[in-house]
Amino acid sequence: MGRTLAEKVWEQHVVRRAEGEPDLLYIDLHLIHEVTSPQAFDGLRMAGRPIRRPELTIATEDHNVPTVLGPISDPVSRTQVETLRKNCAEFGVRLHPMGDAGQGVVHIIGPQFGLTQPGMTIVCGDSHTSTHGAFGGIAFGIGTSEVEHVLATQTLPAYRPKTMAIEVSGELPAGVTAKDLILAIIAKIGTGGGQGYIVEYRGEAIRKLSMEGRMTVCNMSIEAGARAGMIAPDETTFEYLKGRPHAPVGEDWDAAVEYWRSLSSDEDAVFDTVVEIDASALTPFVTWGTNPGQGAPLGSVVPAPEDTDDPAATTRALEYMGLTAGTPLREVAVDTVFVGSCTNGRIEDLRAAAEVLRGRQVVTRTLIVPGSMLVKLQAEQEGLHEVFKAAGAEWREAGCSMCLGMNPDTLSPGERSASTSNRNFEGRQGKGGRTHLVSPQVAAATAVTGKLTAPADLA
Amino acid sequence: MEAFTVHTGRAVPLRRSNVDTDQIIPAVWLKQVSRTGFEKGLFSAWREDPGFVLNDPAYAGASILVAGPDFGTGSSREHAVWALQQYGFRAVIAPRFADIFRNNSTKMGLLPVVLPAATVEALQAAAEADPTLEITVDLAERQVRWAGETAGFEIDDYTRWRLMEGLDDIGLTLRNADAIATYENGRQPWLPTTV
Repeated sequence: MGRTLAEKVWEQHVVRRAEGEPDLLYIDLHLIHEVTSPQAFDGLRMAGRPIRRPELTIATEDHNVPTVLGPISDPVSRTQVETLRKNCAEFGVRLHPMGDAGQGVVHIIGPQFGLTQPGMTIVCGDSHTSTHGAFGGIAFGIGTSEVEHVLATQTLPAYRPKTMAIEVSGELPAGVTAKDLILAIIAKIGTGGGQGYIVEYRGEAIRKLSMEGRMTVCNMSIEAGARAGMIAPDETTFEYLKGRPHAPVGEDWDAAVEYWRSLSSDEDAVFDTVVEIDASALTPFVTWGTNPGQGAPLGSVVPAPEDTDDPAATTRALEYMGLTAGTPLREVAVDTVFVGSCTNGRIEDLRAAAEVLRGRQVVTRTLIVPGSMLVKLQAEQEGLHEVFKAAGAEWREAGCSMCLGMNPDTLSPGERSASTSNRNFEGRQGKGGRTHLVSPQVAAATAVTGKLTAPADLA
Repeated sequence: MEAFTVHTGRAVPLRRSNVDTDQIIPAVWLKQVSRTGFEKGLFSAWREDPGFVLNDPAYAGASILVAGPDFGTGSSREHAVWALQQYGFRAVIAPRFADIFRNNSTKMGLLPVVLPAATVEALQAAAEADPTLEITVDLAERQVRWAGETAGFEIDDYTRWRLMEGLDDIGLTLRNADAIATYENGRQPWLPTTV
């Protein structure tokens, strides 16, 4: 019987297999940031253990960093960042600190450097590590105990998850993006639909996505409960990788590409579950509730609790969100728009937002936050920052920003955002804040009208 | 890790689905660099509501949380496990758990117990009817017992053994240092390094 992509990559990384025990899996790349690592480094110190492979480890500062120039004013955030610097210096880990040209959100910089490659195992103390699966590797988020385990051993004990194929047929219509697709998938299978699975996204619509679109899709696999999402590598993948600083060169490149071409699910491979989606039927998608599965087409209305699978949760969500069932989603007014994050903070996202904002004015507080300093540099070389500033939006430094309420970019109680980030949980963007997850295009159009809007709605 | 064999305690019914880790411990609490003090942040936004179940004095000192499906979704923050443990919880019972939360729990000795939704609801109703009700979570027998009722739960042998022995994964893995070194010698030469 043939094997799935996930099975091929997994088997390639099994260090030890024993009956009745989890596999011991080798980890090719370990990404680190300031929030989930300090207690792991403390653990190493207490046990007198070194990092086994510091050269397979890279660190950045992202969650706590302010996106305006200047030092971190919150002393607790500052201590956390300083702790990372001290730990990286002591243990010999490459770090991209605030102000460094390579600094940025951890899941943006790995692919940019060419460190994220097909067939690899990649972990990070961050659930959105699933992003890296877009290159055809197995990438998943871990907790701090596991961060310490990887630092000490470069391995993780784990049971191989089941496999799920999400077959996306057809083509995405104009104006419908990778973000709309993944929001629609999560709404279809639910926040627990992917639990226990590695998802492989397949089909015509996936093949036609750019690498950045594929990263957006894989990024939010965790929002469907899946530990990891992956997409088989192809010419789009190789094209993206070639020439990046850590991509193989010369004969190594040829050998790598030959191997990478073997990384797809065999024709006769059997997935434990198959889900089918017709991309051509999709329209811009937004969330109305307090989990990423509570979403609907922008052209629809806020649902009534009795029309949903979990009426009690819907009632709670509508109360928190201050929404009334039956209200057209296009009539929902927002006061803040956020374009950025590991989901939608890459150059194509900024280009898409700029295209909508060119020659228009925003009526909301609008934060445009590049996912990394390299994205920022490229956007400025393309003049996108001038478009944003002319429209009245704020052009910021790189960081996680308003995705998660750990740095100065937050919503105040009762404020409502259209956000290109990944989570609409209660208080996620700041205590009492209300979040609607959207694509960069919808975010930008919403900034122009002050209500949830698609670019096609603009005159 | 604290070993877990059998624990008897009172239960808090949390009748909510999709309790994400941002609710269990909001991000503002994650800035600490130590492993202690997270109990103050546990459900800190929800605890501002006087009607929230953890504010009910009848449930003070309870050590088993009985929650709705998809508990622990979202962020990988292990701080959620630390907050629950430091507040005094030894086990969480729910119909479904998010994968990363469940994994983090078993690394720390907080027992995640999966029971069918109807059984979880019966437990919640029992704890609501009588907050002094004692519930026994028995990892050795893979059972939850209360008021003459018994419900079995599944957990793989290896994780159960590790929890019952209170074993640290790193120590176990380092017994296989030779296998790791052998694997490393066979890695593909083009794989990237960060230097």
